[in-house]
Amino acid sequence: MNTTAARFRRTTLLIALIGFAALWLADTRITTGDPGLELQRIASGFLAPDFFASDQLIPAIGYTLAFALQGVAVGFGCGFLLALFWRWRLVRGFSAVIRAVHELFWGLLFLQVAGLSTLTGLLAIAIPYSGIFAKVFGEFFEEADRAPAHASPIGSDAFSLFWYARLPLVWQHMKTYGAYRVECGIRASAILGFIGLPTLGFHLETAFRQGDYNEGAAFLYLLMLLVLSLRFWLKPMLMPVWLIAALVWAPPRGNVTEGSLSRFLTQDIIPAPMRQADWQWHQLGDWSSMLLHEQILPGLTQTLVLGTAALLVTGVLSLMLFPLISRQFGHPLSRSAGNGLLVILRTLPEFLLAFIFVLLMGPSMLPGILALSLHTGAIVAHLCGRFTDTLQLRSDASHGLNRYAFEVLPRIYPNFLALLLYRWEIIMRETAILGILGIGTLGFYVDSAFSELRIDRALVLIAAGVILNLLVDAFSRTLRRHLRLRHSLSDLG
Amino acid sequence: MIQRLPAALAALCVSFLLSACGTPEQKPVLVFSAIPDQDEAHLMQRFGKVANYLSEKLDIDVRYVPVKSYSAAVTAFRNNEVQLAWFGGFSGVQATQLVPGSYAIAQGVEDPQYLSYFIAHHSSGIPYNNTVTGDGFPDGMEGRSFTFGSKSSTSGRLMPEFFLREQFGRSPEDIFSRVGFSGDHSATIALVQSGAYELGALSYKVWLREVAEGKVDLNKVNVVWVTPPYPDYHWVIRGDVDQRFGAGFADRVQQALLDLNDREILDAFPRESFIPATNEDFLPVLETARSLGLMD
Repeated sequence: MNTTAARFRRTTLLIALIGFAALWLADTRITTGDPGLELQRIASGFLAPDFFASDQLIPAIGYTLAFALQGVAVGFGCGFLLALFWRWRLVRGFSAVIRAVHELFWGLLFLQVAGLSTLTGLLAIAIPYSGIFAKVFGEFFEEADRAPAHASPIGSDAFSLFWYARLPLVWQHMKTYGAYRVECGIRASAILGFIGLPTLGFHLETAFRQGDYNEGAAFLYLLMLLVLSLRFWLKPMLMPVWLIAALVWAPPRGNVTEGSLSRFLTQDIIPAPMRQADWQWHQLGDWSSMLLHEQILPGLTQTLVLGTAALLVTGVLSLMLFPLISRQFGHPLSRSAGNGLLVILRTLPEFLLAFIFVLLMGPSMLPGILALSLHTGAIVAHLCGRFTDTLQLRSDASHGLNRYAFEVLPRIYPNFLALLLYRWEIIMRETAILGILGIGTLGFYVDSAFSELRIDRALVLIAAGVILNLLVDAFSRTLRRHLRLRHSLSDLG
Repeated sequence: MIQRLPAALAALCVSFLLSACGTPEQKPVLVFSAIPDQDEAHLMQRFGKVANYLSEKLDIDVRYVPVKSYSAAVTAFRNNEVQLAWFGGFSGVQATQLVPGSYAIAQGVEDPQYLSYFIAHHSSGIPYNNTVTGDGFPDGMEGRSFTFGSKSSTSGRLMPEFFLREQFGRSPEDIFSRVGFSGDHSATIALVQSGAYELGALSYKVWLREVAEGKVDLNKVNVVWVTPPYPDYHWVIRGDVDQRFGAGFADRVQQALLDLNDREILDAFPRESFIPATNEDFLPVLETARSLGLMD
């Protein structure tokens, strides 16, 4: 039967099938040695965080917030401008491309030209966020009610129509979404420390990598505190103050030295064989085929396998986790505990989760899949849980498992699927981080290319990643259209 | 989020314009960078002392910039964001290759004879051996899981891979069942000690320090092979510093480094003392990097 429910069932089955196929293809052999000692050290680090080990805490917090606020603000503005032209294919394509490249890779690219500077930090966030904002705002405009515009007097100019009949309908959603993005921006800004910008991630990563868990835990707690306290200090009224503070603290300025930009454009990104004066086409052919066979194809395969397996695990995890924070289940105490858990899971950097899982299960692909899924699962669960709060159940609705299976789940399932499918693209993007940790995704080869200072290769590999992302996004869009899923405006994540 | 977004955006644009105008030329400052081969925490504190020392000796402002990775250090050096850097063997030759005219001026007294240790989890049954024997690898390494350190580390990746390829005639991926990159020498110890990987390779200095600090359980993990010695860390300076800071500047920097005898400052690296170095000292590293396809 071709009912709505049947379509959901089929899609679920499809996700499960490709997810299991990916899990089957992935290397998931578990080899446990004796992780006890190291886990004990990690645990004692978290129990006794050392807040005084570093004198860089304050500047690190300052830069983390500055890059995040500036990046989100610029992204908000540019995304808004792009969204005005959302019916143009070119604009949609452009936005999709710039958001398909991970912040870390944007950062690594700008590092080549603008150096370790505040400008690099700002652009690394602002550019992909422009693409994300453009998409979300563009869809807001598309889905907004057109009645007010149609009801306006004939002959109203386009500007007034937009300003009075269209923008007011979506402005509230835009603000809510913008506030949510600040949280993501803070996490992204922290992560930029991994490539050397002076944010919290710089010290966090060094501390954990070198086994200084007491110090690492202190930085991590601070990051969580920043994210958790957002709603207390990120008031719309105060936003201009925060932005100006961010600009004063870290005025966006690049260390652009003479000739670095032209060198980047005319040498660094030109494929190595073409840099010789008398290069031959076959040299370029050899280079491309080497890159394709040794890096792009293995990288793409692993990225796809890991991302798809993580999609399935994310789905399962979020279905298990969302009742923890839903008002339909538990009581206030259990919900705050659940909320805390979800915040912890989505703020714990993937690299730390991955490291702990490698200790526990050995170096297969499983740690990467789990790290990514726990992180994303916590986000999807959070959004689903929030959504269940808006449900009105009958006062004689069943309780416990029955309530979950027969009352809540069927009602939120469309939103859940929409969110999950939407997240697929983001999961693929996030595999970049796992690559930097040494799991053989495309990100691994990009990271290697940057560490060998072969920007030409890095660009080709990044482009391959972009194409994969666009394909996944197109597939997920087709599925969503098939299901006639229209995500409710504000819970895109 | 914002009622006054336009105002904030305008402020942002203005500051962009201001920053684009650039700052007036100031007194030249020597900027240097360094990544020590162990204990990367608190770099600002430790290398701030080095900056003070150099500043005093050279009678010029000296600033230290912390960097995260060797490749970031090389990029900063190439862009003239830093003019002087303490590099690992591999990053040093990357830098001298990319910046024409730049050259090595000093190295640690230990650096011409640097070593990598191969370590194994006890369950592998490979016998303990911490002497340089010149013999091949012990039996029983093939088919196990193995982790390097950071991708562009000389002692954690480059030289271990070189010796593996030389003796097995195959790539690490073909020798071992799994090859990982832990990202750091300490992480390599942690991963092999926990049995997540059965084998690993790392800088001998980090191993000795962690053993001395009691962080290593020698019943669980121990050294099974020692590489022949090779040259590693060194100071590299840009060729155009004399133009910028005055004639003979590079020589003065070199002398300042060689004269260093303050224990506390030397511990930042950590080295006993510094001795002169030239680009030629690191030709073996360059050859190795090329033979592994890490450089063109």
